Amino acid sequence: MSLISLMGALEIGLIFALVALGVLISFRLLNFPDLTADGSFPLGGAVAAVMIVSGYNPWLACGMAALAGAGAGCLTAWLHVRLGILQLLASILVMIALYSINLRIMGAPNLALIGLPSVFTPFISQVEDNAWLIQPILLLFVVLFAKLALDAFLTSEMGLALRATGANPRMARAQGIATSRLTVIGMALSNALIALAGAFYVQTQGGADISMGIGTIVVGLAAVIIGETLLPARSLYLITLATLLGALLYRLMISLALNADFIGLQAQDLNLITAVLVTLALILPKLKQKLKSKQGKQPS
Amino acid sequence: MSIVDHPALNATRDGIIDELKAAGYDQDKVKIQFQSAQGNMATAGQIARKFIGDKPDAIVAISTPAAQSVVAATKTIPVVFTTVTDPVAAKLVSSWQPSGTNVTGVSDSVAIGPQVDLILKVKPDAKRVGMVYSPGEVNSTVVVKELKDELTKRGMTLVEAPAPRTVDVTPAAKNLVGKVDVIYTNTDNNVISTYESLVNVANQAKIPLIAGDNSVVKRGAAAALGMSYYDLGRQTGKIVIRLLEGEQPGTIAPEVGNKLSLSVNPAAAEKQGVTLSADLIQSAQEVIK
Repeated sequence: MSLISLMGALEIGLIFALVALGVLISFRLLNFPDLTADGSFPLGGAVAAVMIVSGYNPWLACGMAALAGAGAGCLTAWLHVRLGILQLLASILVMIALYSINLRIMGAPNLALIGLPSVFTPFISQVEDNAWLIQPILLLFVVLFAKLALDAFLTSEMGLALRATGANPRMARAQGIATSRLTVIGMALSNALIALAGAFYVQTQGGADISMGIGTIVVGLAAVIIGETLLPARSLYLITLATLLGALLYRLMISLALNADFIGLQAQDLNLITAVLVTLALILPKLKQKLKSKQGKQPS
Repeated sequence: MSIVDHPALNATRDGIIDELKAAGYDQDKVKIQFQSAQGNMATAGQIARKFIGDKPDAIVAISTPAAQSVVAATKTIPVVFTTVTDPVAAKLVSSWQPSGTNVTGVSDSVAIGPQVDLILKVKPDAKRVGMVYSPGEVNSTVVVKELKDELTKRGMTLVEAPAPRTVDVTPAAKNLVGKVDVIYTNTDNNVISTYESLVNVANQAKIPLIAGDNSVVKRGAAAALGMSYYDLGRQTGKIVIRLLEGEQPGTIAPEVGNKLSLSVNPAAAEKQGVTLSADLIQSAQEVIK
């Protein structure tokens, strides 16, 4: 595996770390199975791409993308808490609606950004290739900032109320927590992070494409679960850290799969190899434990 | 690299490899590596980075999003795009002139005039043309716009039937029954993958199916005037060879695929209520019996 390939995996891993943090909020903390992500990720990309094409500052474009994502999250939550639509169904409705909305926003299924300014442009050389190095470094700062801000929020009074809402809504209500309101806030925050990831994604990929959202939720979930398995933790700081590591690891595994051609594997095997690697990552801690307990039983 | 495994895209790939072989660049002279993102855009980005890291003599990117992610990631390694309908709109190159950058390639855009000519040859009194397509595919939305303009010029109208998913194709086609004289389909991935469902509707309602993709004629379309994706691959391969022989990508102007071929299926046409003229059948490169 070349260095550029490795940095590419980290770059996309860092972008999907934002997705994973969003998924962590909805699935794990709020206990809200949310498929909005497949729509809010391209929504963020679409909003950012359109704004950049229209000449707005790329950072402002990222901000607006996050706001749009928050709107999508609010809508899903609203369908559930106000109209009583099942969580999964509410999120599917918003997801499919967003497909059309994203097409409307972009005005075409593909919007190119090559050559236009991005948040990375000021740091990138215009003559030689150094984007492969600069982009992941800048993204690392963005992701760390997002993690710390999220940690701070989730340990605040409102954050605690949000976690209580997910853990035991009845008890939370009994304690005077407005669970509906917190569900809306949590879902807005979750999808804002996912849309922000979409905004960064289009700026590293040279354009937004309507099909870019497919599978977002799967990757986000995989990252959360891999993180939990490899770094089982109770403290919130470690949980968010584990999620970040899970997202990075998932991309490294794809990178490994892409570089697996020397053992006779072919392009069409990619998804299979990725699935096998992820499965291994998931059962590894259990295998280790088994091995340990066996050793313990052996007579000395 | 390719965005997804798909018959047309794979035919392009095979064409490129065969052209390289024909020029003497076989396995022991060049190393060819192929990766498909299996439909996942994020993976496409990662594949782009992997190839750039491997520092090859050239990267061939099949399809628009694949090409964008490679072009966004390198300014130095030669990139050859192919099966991209509009490389200028996709910002891969700034014009159809030699780009002066590390990018060149071949477009699969098809002139729309001959397509309408074919429609009229199959059904001379056609006034209303229906088109089933996926609004999420650039290659389709570009054709819809051009077709609309061309039909208006000839005093005809276009009736659109958007089908975002494969399961939407049948209802979209049924919706056209009674409103159109012919149904036209382009290279839309959704429509192509479930063409049989379209054929069912067309046969029942006696509406001829005209296509811009030859592969669907043996599946039941009446006639098609399409790009041979294999030949497009051969054409792309020629550019790759020029790069391997030392030319700079910036001095090679992007090309448009130059081989169209006509396929007809007289039996399918009968089922759809029209008889293909002997002239048309004779001029076809491929006649499905």
